[in-house]
Amino acid sequence: MTQKASKKEKTPRQPMPEQAPEVRRRNFEEVPLGYSPETAVKEAQRCLQCKKPACVTGCPVQVDIPGFVGQIAQGNFENAIQTIWGKNSLPAICGRVCPQEIQCEGECILGKKDQPLAIGNLERFVADRAREEVACEFPAKAAPTGKKVAIVGSGPSGLTVAGDLLLKGHDVTLLEAFHKPGGVLVYGIPEFRLPKEIVACEVAGLEKLGLRIECNNVVGRTVSLDELFEDGYDAVYIGVGAGLPKFLNIPGENLIGIYSANEYLTRANLMKAYRFPEYDTPLAKGKNVAVLGAGNVAMDSARTAMRLGAEKVRIVYRRSRDEMPARAAEIHHAEEEGIAFYLLTSPIAFIGDENGRVVQMKCLQMELGEPDESGRRRPVAVEGSEFLLDCDLAVVAVGADANPLLTQSDPEIALNKWGYIIADPKTGKTTKKGVWAGGDIVTGQATVILAMGAGRDAANSIHDYLTIGW
Amino acid sequence: MFKIVKRETMADDTVVLNEIEAPRIAAKARPGQFVILKANETGERIPLTISDLDPEKGTITVIYMVVGKSTALFQTLAVGDGYQDVIGPLGKPTDIEKLGKVVCVGGGTGVAVLFPITRGFKEAGNEVISIIGARNKDLLLLEDKMDAVSDQLHVCTDDGSYGHKGFVTEVLKDVLDNHKVDLVVAIGPVPMMKFVSKLTYEYNVKTLVSLNPIMIDGTGMCGGCRVSVGDETKFACVDGPEFDGHKVDYDGLMQRLNAYAQEEKAAYEQYCKLHQT
Ligand SMILES: Cc1cc2nc3c(=O)[nH]c(=O)nc-3n(C[C@H](O)[C@H](O)[C@H](O)COP(=O)(O)OP(=O)(O)OC[C@H]3O[C@@H](n4cnc5c(N)ncnc54)[C@H](O)[C@@H]3O)c2cc1C
Ligand SMILES: Cc1cc2nc3c(=O)[nH]c(=O)nc-3n(C[C@H](O)[C@H](O)[C@H](O)COP(=O)(O)OP(=O)(O)OC[C@H]3O[C@@H](n4cnc5c(N)ncnc54)[C@H](O)[C@@H]3O)c2cc1C
Ligand code: SF4
Ligand code: SF4
Ligand code: FES
Repeated sequence: MTQKASKKEKTPRQPMPEQAPEVRRRNFEEVPLGYSPETAVKEAQRCLQCKKPACVTGCPVQVDIPGFVGQIAQGNFENAIQTIWGKNSLPAICGRVCPQEIQCEGECILGKKDQPLAIGNLERFVADRAREEVACEFPAKAAPTGKKVAIVGSGPSGLTVAGDLLLKGHDVTLLEAFHKPGGVLVYGIPEFRLPKEIVACEVAGLEKLGLRIECNNVVGRTVSLDELFEDGYDAVYIGVGAGLPKFLNIPGENLIGIYSANEYLTRANLMKAYRFPEYDTPLAKGKNVAVLGAGNVAMDSARTAMRLGAEKVRIVYRRSRDEMPARAAEIHHAEEEGIAFYLLTSPIAFIGDENGRVVQMKCLQMELGEPDESGRRRPVAVEGSEFLLDCDLAVVAVGADANPLLTQSDPEIALNKWGYIIADPKTGKTTKKGVWAGGDIVTGQATVILAMGAGRDAANSIHDYLTIGW
Repeated sequence: MFKIVKRETMADDTVVLNEIEAPRIAAKARPGQFVILKANETGERIPLTISDLDPEKGTITVIYMVVGKSTALFQTLAVGDGYQDVIGPLGKPTDIEKLGKVVCVGGGTGVAVLFPITRGFKEAGNEVISIIGARNKDLLLLEDKMDAVSDQLHVCTDDGSYGHKGFVTEVLKDVLDNHKVDLVVAIGPVPMMKFVSKLTYEYNVKTLVSLNPIMIDGTGMCGGCRVSVGDETKFACVDGPEFDGHKVDYDGLMQRLNAYAQEEKAAYEQYCKLHQT
């Protein structure tokens, strides 16, 4: 047994082929190109099929990783996708965007000595194959229950609730404020990281299952929660995300050329401004771009700016490399594409020209001091370190807060002091009867898989409510 | 699709009225609120104020001036055509209450925005004095409708082709000198709102203005519509579009409205070229 294992370990982790950095930095096509079946099998065979798989404990929705990987290893791709679907209804998406290095792959036993199994890549492989080649059977739907559920927000959380409740036989309608469903998956995460066609395909799959989608419905404005109940809905799920951009509140922030990441990415992705003037929405093209922040949102903004033709793109971050919250793959890809990292650098003001356009940013050099409440060493300014950085476009990507538009419209929904909805961590129940919530509007900006996990828990609880009671 | 059931042109065809089927919005909207419209798949999201509505018919009316590519595209839509997306009602409704004497000042297409608010104040039992203006007689909007909801209506044109020759501010000054006014509502081009606010500040009369920064989502999610009001940054789509006219940074607003001037001009010219041939 030990011998067999060590033999297997000899195969190195199979890299996924990618577009070359100097080519992809100027186009919007997806960066990694996917595994071939041969490579997928080869990679899958590296798995030790652990009896107590650590990888599964690292996955927020407990995908049966050895199960589906074992099926790939045997070339049984159809069964592999069915196994994944048992726990995760959006694997083509999760395979691409989960921070695997701190979740499933972070726990994989192979990683102790060698490189962990490429679980994300394999998940993506089977899901893409299911979408592109095999006409996969959806799981069967339960008999209609006659109960109506409204889901507010069509991000990963709402989509998960929708899928689960449809399968349980309920009548489900998705209400979305934007003109297209998908949440951050369509307006935030760029095409080169998550092709929109994949999201559209997942949504179309749900529509085949009977999902009704009402776009252009801003709940809290177009209809209120109470009106939904009056309209005959038996339960409501709120998955509206954390859509309120944070700004730095430093002088000059309203100059032209300074965007919130939400605006910058929405213009680029949802409105397809990168294809202006074929699409009507414009987006400023910077030569000298500064992106403030170092999470996934910042990396996406920086790489978008590069693709729009910028000469120089800098990530400006006040902490050090170790604290950067982005997925490892995104940081790596950004560096390969020539994006510069100005770490321990804190912007303190923007400077504009006579037309109100940003031309420079004033920054301070920082150094790491004592740890703060989060345990991270707090950056403190180095005295007299002020310097100017040229920039004609800046994207503020320092996080998001809870958008109050819906939550303020209904006083029965209790909020915490930051404005997020208070929901039972196990069931997603809010303080209003018949209303559940989950995803970023409960946790603050987190991850796709956590939003999905919350959706799954809520779907189970909603089903209990509709069949048993509150 | 949101179908156009009625279409009219005014002011030398530079201003277009569309009555659009949107029952949800018609049932909900209050004076001062707006919608966002997107004509087709590749279209931009364009905010327009709800100028009138008919909850029974389930329709809303918007009135827009053709100023660029998107409004030019809207102009090509006929009765029976429609908008792919209409989102709303957005923004905070006007705080309408019985105050006493209210002066409503409108310039250009701002009059379309002003009309439902004027009617609201009238219906709430206020004495309403309205002042509307345009560059010339042909460009004047909604004179009859405004007249019907005002106790007094003053008309001005820049060139004197109709009514008082000159700016609305001149008539407003006159009104302020002769009446005890409780509120001024001013809606129109940014410079007009700026000068009205300057004047009413001198008279210490509370003034509401309706701002029109560039918007994307209209739900407070992008921050593109931010304006400086007093010492604060506000999002016009959710905190407004109406604000205390004495606190607005008009120059900043004007600059931000020009953010895409070059791109817009190029897109419009290309569009016009394409549609001439
Ligand atoms: C640019 C960017 C990159 C990211 N990258 C990653 C990544 O690589 N990996 C990862 O795991 N996570 C990533 N995240 C985080 C992840 O996308 C979110 O945690 C996740 O999308 C949250 O899902 P959700 O369903 O709660 O809400 P969202 O995806 O935010 O969806 C909420 C939806 O609700 C709609 N809505 C809001 N208000 C209303 C209303 N009143 N009425 C109707 N509809 C409404 C919104 O328009 C939106 O469509 C990223 C986020 C961003 C912004
Ligand atoms: C809340 C709100 C309500 C509005 N209500 C009305 C209305 O009832 N009737 C009406 O005619 N217009 C209204 N506007 C303005 C209208 O949205 C713009 O005229 C329109 O977006 C211009 O689009 P375009 O592509 O045709 O022109 P563009 O090519 O985008 O722009 C042409 C010119 O218009 C200016 N402009 C661009 N966007 C805006 C904008 N959002 N607001 C003002 N000027 C802009 C530009 O500076 C440029 O000079 C409103 C705007 C807001 C924010
Ligand atoms: S869902 Fe995410 S964390 Fe779970 S196995 Fe898949 S990639 Fe890993
Ligand atoms: S921990 Fe790694 S080796 Fe073990 S089952 Fe999971 S993926 Fe396979
Ligand atoms: S339009 Fe996006 S926040 Fe106002």
